[in-house]
Amino acid sequence: MTSFTPFASLAGGALIGLAAVLLMTLAGRVFGATGVLTGAFLPTGPGDRGWRLALLAGMVTAPLLWRLFAGAMPALSVPVGPLALAIGGLLVGVGVTLGGGCTSGHGVCGMARLSPRSIVATLTFLATAIVTVYVIRHVIGVQP
Amino acid sequence: MKLVATYLIGLVFGLGIALSGMINPAKVLNFFDIAGTWDPSLAFVMGGALIVTAIGYRLAFRRGRPVLDRTFHLPKASAIDARLVGGSMIFGLGWGIAGFCPGGALPALGTGRGEVLLFVAALVAGILVTRAVLDRRAAAPRRA
Repeated sequence: MTSFTPFASLAGGALIGLAAVLLMTLAGRVFGATGVLTGAFLPTGPGDRGWRLALLAGMVTAPLLWRLFAGAMPALSVPVGPLALAIGGLLVGVGVTLGGGCTSGHGVCGMARLSPRSIVATLTFLATAIVTVYVIRHVIGVQP
Repeated sequence: MKLVATYLIGLVFGLGIALSGMINPAKVLNFFDIAGTWDPSLAFVMGGALIVTAIGYRLAFRRGRPVLDRTFHLPKASAIDARLVGGSMIFGLGWGIAGFCPGGALPALGTGRGEVLLFVAALVAGILVTRAVLDRRAAAPRRA
């Protein structure tokens, strides 16, 4: 059970949007976690890796800044085992590469531009995740 | 200048992921579990992010060019094809199994939890293997 947090989630979403807007306004780049991560390993040209690594560094150090002010790390509980994490991680990596983006790239940046590709992708991965969790928890019966 | 700016943008994104609850797989999986322990919070994350991004992008594009670059780098792909839909389905399957998406997992790395490291390692492996296969296919001459 996790509690319903509409205000924190709305404010957190607004911060995610703010980051996407700032990255576009300053650097002219889409804030897709998949694209940023992929390009950090496989940069498209000279000078393409630095900003990605800086962005990733900011993302990864955010929980530390959070702890500085909140006194504890942000709530994070993983209700699945290591095998599910490994298989899930592989599938996510394959899927976002084939599909050209994830929740941030398609779901936020692409949807905000009303890109038909991103709308189709977002509806597809959300629907598939809902069906997947339904099958795991209510058909197979694996409860967290 | 650009690196400091992108670092701070990554930090804003990561704080948004933490505050919104997207950093927490238990919360993400409960968002998908409509028939069970449903937690609708993450719809508010998407809502907040989309409102801010849709308005902010309009203002950014009105400037004609980004502040620190010559042009906006927008995705050029427009095809709605089997690869987009299939890839998004595979992503949704993995997301439903593990509870992490790339944008949620990267900031979560900062908590220092081993589970996150395992997911991200599998994610990167999935991305790099898929990229290698796609690039090899694109480079190989088509067989008749």
